[in-house]
Amino acid sequence: MSTQTLSPAYVRSDMLPAAAPPHRQEGAISWLRDNLFSGWFNSLLTLLGLAIIWSLVSHFWPWFAHSVWNANSLAECRQIIAEKWGDGANGACFAVIRVRWHQYIFGFYPRAEYWRPILTMGLLFVAIAPVLFSVNASIRRWVLAGAGLLCMVLLAVTASPDWSVVLVWLLFAAALLLAEYAPGRLLIVTVFYPVLAVWLLWGGSPWYPFMLLMGFAVGYGVSALVPRGMSAATGIVVTVLWWVFRAAPVAGLVTQILPLSLPAIQSSVFGGFLLSVVIGVSAIALSLPLGILLALARQSNMFIIYSLAVVFIEFIRGVPLITLLFVALVLLKYFLPPGTNFDLILRVIIMVTLFAAAYMAEVIRGGLAALPRGQYEAADSLGLNYWQAQRLIILPQALKISIPGIVGTFIGVFKDTTLVGLINLYDPLKGISDVVRSEFAWKGIYWEPFIFTGTIFFVICFSMSRYSMYLERRLSREHR
Amino acid sequence: MSSQTQTPTEMPRLGADTAIQIRKMNKWYGNFHVLRDIDLNVAVGERIVIAGPSGSGKSTLIRCINRLEEHQSGQIIVDDIELTNDIKDIDKVRSEVGMVFQHFNLFPHLTVLENCTLAPIWVRKMPKAQAEETAMRFLEKVRIPEQAQKYPGQLSGGQQQRVAIARSLCMEPRIMLFDEPTSALDPEMIKEVLDTMIELADTGMTMLVVTHEMGFAQAVADRVIFMDQGQIVEQNTPTEFFNNPQSDRTKLFLSQILGH
Ligand SMILES: Nc1ncnc2c1ncn2[C@@H]1O[C@H](COP(=O)(O)OP(=O)(O)O)[C@@H](O)[C@H]1O
Ligand SMILES: [Mg+2]
Repeated sequence: MSTQTLSPAYVRSDMLPAAAPPHRQEGAISWLRDNLFSGWFNSLLTLLGLAIIWSLVSHFWPWFAHSVWNANSLAECRQIIAEKWGDGANGACFAVIRVRWHQYIFGFYPRAEYWRPILTMGLLFVAIAPVLFSVNASIRRWVLAGAGLLCMVLLAVTASPDWSVVLVWLLFAAALLLAEYAPGRLLIVTVFYPVLAVWLLWGGSPWYPFMLLMGFAVGYGVSALVPRGMSAATGIVVTVLWWVFRAAPVAGLVTQILPLSLPAIQSSVFGGFLLSVVIGVSAIALSLPLGILLALARQSNMFIIYSLAVVFIEFIRGVPLITLLFVALVLLKYFLPPGTNFDLILRVIIMVTLFAAAYMAEVIRGGLAALPRGQYEAADSLGLNYWQAQRLIILPQALKISIPGIVGTFIGVFKDTTLVGLINLYDPLKGISDVVRSEFAWKGIYWEPFIFTGTIFFVICFSMSRYSMYLERRLSREHR
Repeated sequence: MSSQTQTPTEMPRLGADTAIQIRKMNKWYGNFHVLRDIDLNVAVGERIVIAGPSGSGKSTLIRCINRLEEHQSGQIIVDDIELTNDIKDIDKVRSEVGMVFQHFNLFPHLTVLENCTLAPIWVRKMPKAQAEETAMRFLEKVRIPEQAQKYPGQLSGGQQQRVAIARSLCMEPRIMLFDEPTSALDPEMIKEVLDTMIELADTGMTMLVVTHEMGFAQAVADRVIFMDQGQIVEQNTPTEFFNNPQSDRTKLFLSQILGH
């Protein structure tokens, strides 16, 4: 206004309009030119790549396209293919999956009880949701809803009893409501999940695994009454004493009062992905805390602790997993008091856990080493004690750095569970396939089951990998 | 080495006005003798600036006071507690002695507020609300209350150092140690940190400051200590120290840092 009248003539009174940004190179043609044909050499590589892809697809496509889903034997498959596509035509016989898929998933678990592993799997998601998806409510919602839906589908295709469908409905409705309004409460499911899972999968009375869990509570309660300094040791001793002397009688007593028993299932019928997931999830869940302790021990100033950690880690890493599995199968019997019937799956879980923990320890040690000394010094100078400094300052940062390595180890452990096929357990890759092929109708079937199990392994491992990327992105956004 | 550490008759009792007493303290890194026969008494409320060439052992000396480094012979008594291998005593001393580092050493995974409340909550067992109130009070003192919810990585160097000072103050320490608090900062940020330290000095805090900021020494120090090759070579009031240095090494050092 007034400034304008005062301005000298050479001062601009209104601004030039903003110039348009330089013309962007867009469109498919320019993308192709930039990314695939940016020079004669790159063009050559592109063409070579296309040729390879084409030869692969043209080779396998007919096999997929001629696949047969409705048949009762390999011979029938071949006949159908020959009729439809002429003699000498190649085709996949996915009928074997259609007929025997439940064995790849559940092993020899009794059919009438399929709802139990299905529910166990569904509740696994409820148990991990408050831990793994603690921040983002919408992702938590989708994960829970997806798990519930998957349960429903599985219950439907296994023709499970109607009341089990209602049960899953109710449980997931409750879980979703809790996740929405009091996500912290879901942690109760997390705490009791191990008891629940053992009870559902193996049946019998729930009070035995429950009383084992109670051992921790009893130990913790007693340790709170003892003066500091002695409390940790007292807690451990009391817990062990409880397990050895009190857990079974108390559980027996409660079982008489409140028998919630399910039909008992033997470990020998476990197989397929049920077996892989039971071993994999247990080993994953146990190896992380054990690996953290080992990594800290390896950084310890205390010579004995340090040496034990080094010897353990280097020994386990120097031995192939299959050796440890044979130890679980054969040798462990000699170390146990005669007559104890120590479940084979439990023995395998222990060995796989030890194996994974050794690798985990080294991954986490890398994260610990990457932290600047100043972080330790700042924690010390504020008067935090060792465990406070580790828990509040060091581990959150070290674990964050180690996420890719940790998840990589998880994925490796999960895939390694197929090795139990070599100690006569029914893993989904070899154990179950051998059983299927031993039946005359499917003698000679080879690739189709591998494609099926491979796809499921891929889905599970890829999900873990995506989760690790999500977590990394979330944490890097938080800390900047 | 540690033969003269302590005789039963020498009880670690300090007068009410002594904050730190160091007697005949020696420290080695392997065979390297970093600190030689250090004798130092710090009165309550005293402000001491420690100067000296790089590698002379200044950092090591103040890090011995809160046991980030261990001394091998002699005595260090802080607030009536002698530093020995007793972990409880060490933790007690550390909660009474605040330390500010050259590179801030803030916890990058916690917000500014969480950085400040962590130790009061876990060490002093203070309720969270009260810890946050205290933290906000000190963040206001260092003039960055508005950054409380940010992460350290989002702040400038000067702001980070002021947060580090506030974080130490939240433990309400009786003694503050500073190890070159401004040497990692861009020149334009040095003043804001020094101003904060001057204000802190005005509150009567006992301070030991390793710094090359001679203006700061002149403004607030009661005493300047000059170290070289692990020894206290000379100590004096700032005026005397700058105008009338006694030893040749001090003169050389002063000519180097003030000369141009
Ligand atoms: N952890 C260590 N191990 C071995 N030598 C060290 C260590 N820390 C410092 N020193 C040596 O001790 C001497 C004193 O170091 P420092 O106290 O940091 O000196 P200033 O802070 O005065 O520059 C230096 O020569 C340094 O190289
Ligand atoms: Mg230094």
